[in-house]
Amino acid sequence: MSVDLGLSADQEAIADLFGGFFANESPTTVARAAEPFGFDADLWAKLIELGAPGMGSAVEHGGGGASLSDLVVVAEAFGRAIAPVPLLEHLAAALVLTDADVISGDAIATVAVRPADAAGVWHLVPAGAVAHVVVGLDGDELVAVRSTPPMVSPRNHASAPLADRSAREGERVVLGTAAAFAPVLDRWKVLTAAALVGVADAAMALGVQYVMDRQQFGVPVGSFQAVQHGLADLPVMIDGGRLLTHKAAWAIDSGDAGINDWRLNDITDGSTLASMAFVFTTDGAALATDRSLHYHGGYGFSEEYDIQLYYRRARGWSLVLDDPSIECLNLADRLFGPRGA
Amino acid sequence: MDFSLSPETLEFRQTIRDIVDRTVTPEVIDRMHTSGTFASPELNAELGRHGFFERAVPGLGKGDPIELWVLFNELEKAGAPYDGPAVALMIAGVVNALGTDEQKARIMPSIISGEAMVAMGYSEADYGSDVASIKTRAVKDGDEWVINGSKMWTTMAQAAKWLILLTRTDLDLPKHKGLTMFLLPMDTPGITVEPVHTLGTEVTNATYFDDVRVGDEAVLGGVNNGWRTMTTVLAFERGVMGGSNAAVPLLRHFHDWAASMGLLDSDVVRERLARSVIDMQVAALLTQRSAWIAASGGMPGLEGSMTKVFAAEAYQRISRWCQQMAGPAGLLQFHEQGAAGEGFVEYDARHSPVVTIYGGTTEINRNNIAERHLGLPKSR
Ligand SMILES: Cc1cc2nc3c(=O)[nH]c(=O)nc-3n(C[C@H](O)[C@H](O)[C@H](O)COP(=O)(O)OP(=O)(O)OC[C@H]3O[C@@H](n4cnc5c(N)ncnc54)[C@H](O)[C@@H]3O)c2cc1C
Repeated sequence: MSVDLGLSADQEAIADLFGGFFANESPTTVARAAEPFGFDADLWAKLIELGAPGMGSAVEHGGGGASLSDLVVVAEAFGRAIAPVPLLEHLAAALVLTDADVISGDAIATVAVRPADAAGVWHLVPAGAVAHVVVGLDGDELVAVRSTPPMVSPRNHASAPLADRSAREGERVVLGTAAAFAPVLDRWKVLTAAALVGVADAAMALGVQYVMDRQQFGVPVGSFQAVQHGLADLPVMIDGGRLLTHKAAWAIDSGDAGINDWRLNDITDGSTLASMAFVFTTDGAALATDRSLHYHGGYGFSEEYDIQLYYRRARGWSLVLDDPSIECLNLADRLFGPRGA
Repeated sequence: MDFSLSPETLEFRQTIRDIVDRTVTPEVIDRMHTSGTFASPELNAELGRHGFFERAVPGLGKGDPIELWVLFNELEKAGAPYDGPAVALMIAGVVNALGTDEQKARIMPSIISGEAMVAMGYSEADYGSDVASIKTRAVKDGDEWVINGSKMWTTMAQAAKWLILLTRTDLDLPKHKGLTMFLLPMDTPGITVEPVHTLGTEVTNATYFDDVRVGDEAVLGGVNNGWRTMTTVLAFERGVMGGSNAAVPLLRHFHDWAASMGLLDSDVVRERLARSVIDMQVAALLTQRSAWIAASGGMPGLEGSMTKVFAAEAYQRISRWCQQMAGPAGLLQFHEQGAAGEGFVEYDARHSPVVTIYGGTTEINRNNIAERHLGLPKSR
């Protein structure tokens, strides 16, 4: 064991496989065609054929036994393609589900990332409009509730299939106490962070391509230093986000109780790193899509160009949890102890 | 990816922590801030005695770049003066890569023992970012070179044993081609050093060269090959030797002071501290990546540019936040009653502006990233 910041050979293969899959099967025309609802059943069926929905589930339950680090590679490829399928939610929820139809992907599972309200309603659950099983907190209990997906969603910024779901009505199974939810939420944060890295990376590539193609004053606008410097801020946000996300996955995969020694910048606790990665990649994706959209000029504001698709998802995929400032306050509790400590 | 340090590296790290605890006392820090010479001979000698400098010379093969990263990351996080050793080791790396056997034998021992520091003379009063245009002349006279001109920002020249000096040896060649690098003793006759005082207390210098005579043994990396030597130095500089976690000690100072003042319950303070910790973690990972690239046989030049811009701006942001969050107590300097973070809050607010300037400004680094990473056309 010692520092190795490259992908393993297996992960390179995963990156090739899913990179190729999403490039072929989910160009941005697919995301566009799925708007505004944000779900493409055919694409999901193709992912089922690949075995993707059960990739992270245990082998003894018929899953692929992939580590979270492996799934991070998948999630980044997914994010780059803004694929209209609930893959990340499903992979996160599957951590606590062993139903055969969930592992195969025939039943879609998701995570209610925020607890149910007093009336037992989970609000604006990501993939809530299409999921058959929702995993989340209802009071002190971690529950899985199986019920018919509504298949409608309020129109929203990210064209995501969000919906309110009941934590009480349907086939309700208690999986554990509230504490058992933490690993599910950590997993969702890490996978979402990885997807946001993919969003940022794709947005940067669109921006770079555009400024090379677009000419003003007789030269590509990408030859103007002001434009170059705005874009030059992006690769480090992408690389930094990727490293931090992989570190979170590594910490979680290791299963060790890590440490939170911010005083010496020695942080190896999985939940802490998941939270950090989530906040950092939220900022990175927002910045990359902002800058890239801006350097498209007026065309960036038109529906016709793809950058607006990324701009909206960069915000929507993260905000379903909450204001990132609140995530920072939770993080502060972990790092510095609770208030009044 | 694997982020774990090997047991040997962890042991190495612990030894460094112990050495720093022993040698970088509050008195040493105080002396730095009163003298303006940011170096600790005690620390350097101890690290040298343990053989850590020898292990840390880039490319020498005695230790791996991950150790180099750990060494400087630990020094920086502890708030120890690491610029001196960083420069010395960087130059040792260049001597090792480009120097003659005679130069290696003559120069390396003094550096790896931790005894000698090196000053870098590249910038001039009129040429900083455009350093390839410098005017200091070296002219061949028989067996000797005669050097005339002046340098600006020659940090550590007041305490260094060696000087690495960029000169122009051919006026007719294009500007990058007519340069030669010298490595000479600081006490060579004809060199004058005058202090330049800075906002961050650290003293740097203007240096003057009047008929300074050296032989061919002082040429490093070949005549008219100075630009290549320069890029080798810069690749090390923007690599793994510190410059990424400057805010870590500041965060400790600020946090402990804020806790004592009951400020830690504020949402604003908590959010900013959390964001600061995130940025420092990312900066450390980016630097670790540069080290890993170097350990895998690559040259992390471009990654270094990216890391430098990110880490420098994060440190500036955090310094500004800490000073603001401290209120008026953030204005008070070392040893003043009630100074936030024992005066470090004020000091970092004063020191941080330099980090987007020295070692290549953020604009120059962004030019690099735009051209070499994003493939955009040259804008100058
Ligand atoms: C405390 C300190 C210590 C130093 N130590 C050393 C040392 O030991 N040895 C040494 O040789 N040098 C040293 N330097 C010098 C340092 O490397 C230079 O200051 C730096 O390279 C910038 O050069 P300059 O100061 O001449 O600024 P200039 O090059 O004049 O730049 C002024 C401004 O213009 C911008 N600019 C310049 N060119 C471009 C461009 N092409 N595109 C966009 N913007 C541009 C810069 O980014 C900057 O903001 C030190 C400097 C300081 C402040």
